[in-house]
Amino acid sequence: MREFSYDVVTIGGGPAGMAAALAAREAGAARVLIIERDRELGGILQQCIHNGFGLRRFEEELTGPGYAHRYIDMVRASDIDVWLDTTVLAAEPDGVITSVSPHAGMTIVKAKSVVYAMGCRERTRGAIRTPGSRPAGVFTAGAAQRMVNMEGYLPGKEVVIVGSGDIGLIMARRMTFEGAKVKAVFEIMPYSNGLTRNIVQCLEDFGIPLYLGHSVTAIHGKDRVTGVTVAQVNDRLEVIDGTAFDIACDCVLLSVGLIPENELGRAAGLALDPITGGALADQFRQTATPGFFAAGNVLHVHDLVDWVSEEAAIAGRSAARHAQGELPLSGSQRSVAVGEGLRTVVPQRLSAFEQGKMSVRFYFRAAKPMGASLLQFWADGVLAFERKLRVVKPSEMIVADIPVRKIGDAATLEFRVLPAPEKIEADDEIEEEA
Amino acid sequence: MAGSFGPGPLPDSADVVVIGGGVVGCAIARELSRFDLSVVLIERSPDVATGTSKANSGILHAGFDADPGTWKARLNVRGSRLYAELSEGLGIPRKATGSLVVAKDAAQMETVAELRHRGIDNGVPGLEIWTRDQVIAHEPNISPDMAGALWAPTGAIVCPFLATVGFAENAIRNGVRIVTECTVTGIDMADRQIVGVRTTRGRIATRFVVNAAGLHSGEVARLAGDDSFTIKPRRGEYILFDRSVGQLVNTVLFPTPDKVSKGILVAPTVHGNVFIGPDATEIDDPEDRETTAAGLGGIIAGARRIVPGLPLGTAITEFAGLRAAAGKDFIIGPSPAARGLVHAAGIQSPGLTSAPAIGEVIVEMLQDVGLRLKPKASFVPVNPEKPRFHDLDRESQALLIASDPLFGRVICRCETITEAEIVAAIQSPCGARTVDGVKRRVRAGAGRCQGGFCGPRVTAILARELGIPITAIRKDSIDSWLFLSRATLEAGEASHA
Repeated sequence: MREFSYDVVTIGGGPAGMAAALAAREAGAARVLIIERDRELGGILQQCIHNGFGLRRFEEELTGPGYAHRYIDMVRASDIDVWLDTTVLAAEPDGVITSVSPHAGMTIVKAKSVVYAMGCRERTRGAIRTPGSRPAGVFTAGAAQRMVNMEGYLPGKEVVIVGSGDIGLIMARRMTFEGAKVKAVFEIMPYSNGLTRNIVQCLEDFGIPLYLGHSVTAIHGKDRVTGVTVAQVNDRLEVIDGTAFDIACDCVLLSVGLIPENELGRAAGLALDPITGGALADQFRQTATPGFFAAGNVLHVHDLVDWVSEEAAIAGRSAARHAQGELPLSGSQRSVAVGEGLRTVVPQRLSAFEQGKMSVRFYFRAAKPMGASLLQFWADGVLAFERKLRVVKPSEMIVADIPVRKIGDAATLEFRVLPAPEKIEADDEIEEEA
Repeated sequence: MAGSFGPGPLPDSADVVVIGGGVVGCAIARELSRFDLSVVLIERSPDVATGTSKANSGILHAGFDADPGTWKARLNVRGSRLYAELSEGLGIPRKATGSLVVAKDAAQMETVAELRHRGIDNGVPGLEIWTRDQVIAHEPNISPDMAGALWAPTGAIVCPFLATVGFAENAIRNGVRIVTECTVTGIDMADRQIVGVRTTRGRIATRFVVNAAGLHSGEVARLAGDDSFTIKPRRGEYILFDRSVGQLVNTVLFPTPDKVSKGILVAPTVHGNVFIGPDATEIDDPEDRETTAAGLGGIIAGARRIVPGLPLGTAITEFAGLRAAAGKDFIIGPSPAARGLVHAAGIQSPGLTSAPAIGEVIVEMLQDVGLRLKPKASFVPVNPEKPRFHDLDRESQALLIASDPLFGRVICRCETITEAEIVAAIQSPCGARTVDGVKRRVRAGAGRCQGGFCGPRVTAILARELGIPITAIRKDSIDSWLFLSRATLEAGEASHA
């Protein structure tokens, strides 16, 4: 068993892992390693051959592989080590990482800092408990996307999509391009879980119907899928009698949510946020396990990769500073709460501020869709900050920079989203950090 | 005769033909392989264990349920002992967890006391009545709303797929030929004596046929002019939970049974998961494996009566299995209509437990109806051990990778299953031919992501190892193709090529 030492190791070589590694190297970590399970870097971006990536980060519209390659080129141009085709079996709280690969066998790495960047996985049929038979032809949208875009095979000819997550919407368009008939998208909630631009560009432009407030109540077929039964649901998500109808199809694609892939953290006793499914992290993206950081979809599921890259850079810089012994000791932490209108916030904790830090960036998910709204920050029960939002959707992250002076040394910190008294033409700009 | 497995040609003749590759048929074939005989097992699907054997509770019952003197009582207790002896050598994962029948009140305590007496009559060892406190000490998550329980130390759990595969592989190693994707279409008789079996792969001459066709055993009997029994399929629904909640229960928990069934259980699996189920719904279609909202709701309610804190959010899959019910007892014995035909039919619970004992009994019965048995000196009773990477310590894992680099590539991340294990599952004598076949043998895709990540990779490995295109890879049954080539749609073909 060979042994190595690194300052910063990122577990995962997708957009989060690459951005974290680059930021760590830039921040002065001498020895940086990316461990990637697949045979190339880029993670899930490699199968996202549609465009729409990078508008914020690179100010141009890139495909998934295009976005990935910007980072792959930067990694290649650096002296960051990359281990491909390598799976991490365990990452112990003392920074000892055990990994295996066909070419190097079993390897032990001692890391001063570790960045979790394992991404997320798709929720399955079992998780949403869809009754019926278990024929071939039921796939998660991402698995189908890989087969179509990377392997060149199709999962079926007549497709029904369950759930309106972005991958499902993208696959509706892809399957249409490939000559399949996409019969409908069924979403159990009264609103879509995908980005508005995907609803327009992937469904409306192709005349694919989106049924909101509808649930697939059974999947039929013995060998291969032959159809589904669908019914309308009420506001308690219960099936409304007499509304059921059948649709024939040979393929069902599921796009019913994503779950952070935290198995390694869980095995090492990592403290998790039950709502995001990711680690509890502070503004440095340090988890409750000292020296372990998290970024990207393993921390919380993002809507745009641009935010992933940005967040991962925070985690990478912090990991480098921890390796150098420079990160402010977490000391006593304050927790950040979400109140009315919000479901999640990251970071969930604040450690002592860095010297000269002007603001802290928070990411939120709303609890329900709302029109014109106000994002409020309450410190010790006093409204300390307010930001106008034109519209609020659970599918789109809310991002806000809160000035450090507004946070001060308040003991209780809470965010809320409330309906705005009047129409709002445009969101308040996010104040970019100096 | 060299053993084989797959959709190959049907031999012209055999001493014995076994119809059905479930756990019962495979256990019978394995028992027959001890003797100097040519044995052919015919299976309709591409794999063994695709009917009742693939979707059941995976319980090795202690044997206190059945009335004394029945086949069920006798074969259950014997089968339970045989698994204890055989499992390790055949590579069948088995755990001696013990089982508890939980009584809610004084009336149910009387019922479990009766069960104990019945068990003693059936020869079940070690049965004890436990107080409420004893039960809670053993099962901290159990509902405190109960009076006590019957403890059966010989209750155990087993992997039903690997039990079937273990019997099948050993049978093949000892010369049995398993012909898959082969459906029986007729039985030839001469003067009420079996002389051959007609199938979708041609005719095979034989004078001895074992009917282990499970849900279809009634139809097989009728092909020989025997309408002495009818199978009434009974569907049972299940929910399987993630390994992360595997500590929920330590043992198999039954409610106190009623007249119809053993009730909804909460039980661990040998792989560290927990499941709940089954209910019991009589159905007409022997292929109807649909779960229903009502059924799943019912088993959740039933399971909550035993374990109230059921972690529903950690459910990873739901499925339904069919039991081949035919009456109160198993139907085991020579056909009243056709000489040379022996039934192992109507095998509902405790069929999995009884399977190896059924094998012994059926061989005796074949001898009684004229089959000549000569023990084979070359019989090898065990299968070579297959390393399970996930279960080994780091040093052993490192050694495995040194011996075969494919142990260093993890394909299924949820269950930590390596490419070497998947290749071995495909290349072994009873090798996987389908994606579900791989899953059942090595658990790639059986974890929390249910193949979302590894599915495409397993499909590619199957295609490579079997030397067939991706479009020919199936999920489970003969027509369960998974992927089309892009050209299919471009050419506007109506059907799958």
